[in-house]
Amino acid sequence: MIATRLWIRWRRFKSALGWTLSGAAFLALATAMIQILFYVFVKGFKSLSFKLFTENTIGVGGGLKNAILGTLLLSGTAMLLAALIGVAAGLYLSEYGEGRLGSFTRFLSDVLVGVPSIVLGFVGYVTLTVWLRWRFSLAAGAITLAVLMLPYIVRSTELALRRVASGIRESAYALGCRDHQVVFKVLLKAAAPGIGTGILLALAISAGETAPLLYTAGWSNYGWSGRFIHEPVAYLTYVIWSFIGEPFHSAHALAYAAAFLITALILFINLVARLLISTSPHANR
Amino acid sequence: MWFRRLLSGFALLVPLVLLAIAIFLVSYAWPAIRFNQFAFLLHNTWNIGNQYATPIRQHGAIIMPDASFGIFFLVVGTLASALIGLLIAFPLGLGAALFLSEAVPRRMGHLVSFFVELLAAIPSVVFGLWGIVFLVPLLSHHVYPALAHALSFLPFFAQPTGSGYGLLTSGLILSLMIVPFIAATLRDALQSQSHAMREAGISLGATRFEVATRILLPGQKVALAGATMLAFGRALGETMAVLMVSGNALNYLPQNIYSPISTMAAFIVAQLDSALADPTGMAVRSLAEIAVLLLLISLLVNGLARVMIGTLKEHTL
Repeated sequence: MIATRLWIRWRRFKSALGWTLSGAAFLALATAMIQILFYVFVKGFKSLSFKLFTENTIGVGGGLKNAILGTLLLSGTAMLLAALIGVAAGLYLSEYGEGRLGSFTRFLSDVLVGVPSIVLGFVGYVTLTVWLRWRFSLAAGAITLAVLMLPYIVRSTELALRRVASGIRESAYALGCRDHQVVFKVLLKAAAPGIGTGILLALAISAGETAPLLYTAGWSNYGWSGRFIHEPVAYLTYVIWSFIGEPFHSAHALAYAAAFLITALILFINLVARLLISTSPHANR
Repeated sequence: MWFRRLLSGFALLVPLVLLAIAIFLVSYAWPAIRFNQFAFLLHNTWNIGNQYATPIRQHGAIIMPDASFGIFFLVVGTLASALIGLLIAFPLGLGAALFLSEAVPRRMGHLVSFFVELLAAIPSVVFGLWGIVFLVPLLSHHVYPALAHALSFLPFFAQPTGSGYGLLTSGLILSLMIVPFIAATLRDALQSQSHAMREAGISLGATRFEVATRILLPGQKVALAGATMLAFGRALGETMAVLMVSGNALNYLPQNIYSPISTMAAFIVAQLDSALADPTGMAVRSLAEIAVLLLLISLLVNGLARVMIGTLKEHTL
């Protein structure tokens, strides 16, 4: 009797200890997250000023107009490219991708997700910057980023389309729709929130990348003049990496401001994506 | 039919891109692969040679005198930092997932885990910034001296604790970057289990913790192993954060857990500028060989993980 009671107590004690430890693990993560956000937002907020948005970078001072525009241009162009190809490929995988090409593409797309971004950046440098002689340029940077985003969009599009009930497809075909009519008039509309979420999350990832851009987009103290090749582009993540290592107060302030802006942008995109998916009627997570 | 063909053309682009990456990279690195041979992995000498001399011919390749390329220190640094990252991230992710899935009310759990999983959305370079301005000073002034004092009897943990830029700092940052993959995958897997399992466990007299660890968790071994594998792959290829806190060691093997290191991915960024100074191009091609290795590792790790977990869910992307 006593032994049983002791045994139960021992088990309760172990359970309590287990919960304490797992709660501590969660607390450690939450603390780290809060710490990072605190540093980025409090320190960054102090470095914010109006001229960040109106002036270009001059040496290690000035503003961030060139970098803000550059980040938007690079990620925006990459998103257009990757969304066009990615949504089409995702459509193929979900609607007609039962065969060998489908499973092959699915597998390789999952593998492409895991390729380190610096490898993509190096290949972009060797092929686009050097071999095609585009030099550091918007096109080289954006195409490299698009390759990075592509597998995310392919797979999230496929998953979003798969959640559309098959009865909807069948009724569309029964009404006499052709393949492209089913896709454009029915499926894309029904799966739009899910597809949009996937594209937004890929956009957030690309906006925070540095390694693929260092040797494809380069860096420029000037705004974009409208050329796709032969002209380097500035971007925010470069400012963080290179200016925090400079021994000047103005450089550090710019690095903090850039970290503030890019983190705020990425968290905002993540929030929008989250809201988009949770308010959509078809796709419930 | 034309429409399906059109879409299949787009789908075909994905394998083609990967193929193109592999072909361009290997063909670009080929002279270096032939020149360096297997010694590349086993030697500790990255030296782009005497840049003021005239190029010489050696083993059928034109290089600068004294040039020699060996990346054993990078292999060690990459594996050690990723393993330390994983060793820290695994228990943290496991604990956090158990806590968020089984101990917190579900509605609140969703919100709180969204917050923690946002760690995965923070850019690598911001982790690096945080590492430089907060983590490195904290660790080097307070944590590492205390740790070295307390664990001085263990090899690799004793003094000197160095500058704070090094192996353990890289591992710590890496663990924060990969832990959301493990936590999110496991939390979803746990929550997808039926309530009947939980009720059956409770009715047998098990505590909630025993239900979670002995009934729910064992069914998720494969998902956990797959997510861990993917997280390990991430850690091996992570670039910017590691570049900023690793200390960028060159031709130097870590003497203890605080030693400066460098990793393959970080080294490519750190060395490309100086490698471009080599007029024979062998230095850049040797960097390409590092990229080939990284590509091979990522194909292997991801391929294995995908085979293990089969089709994947969104957040493990």
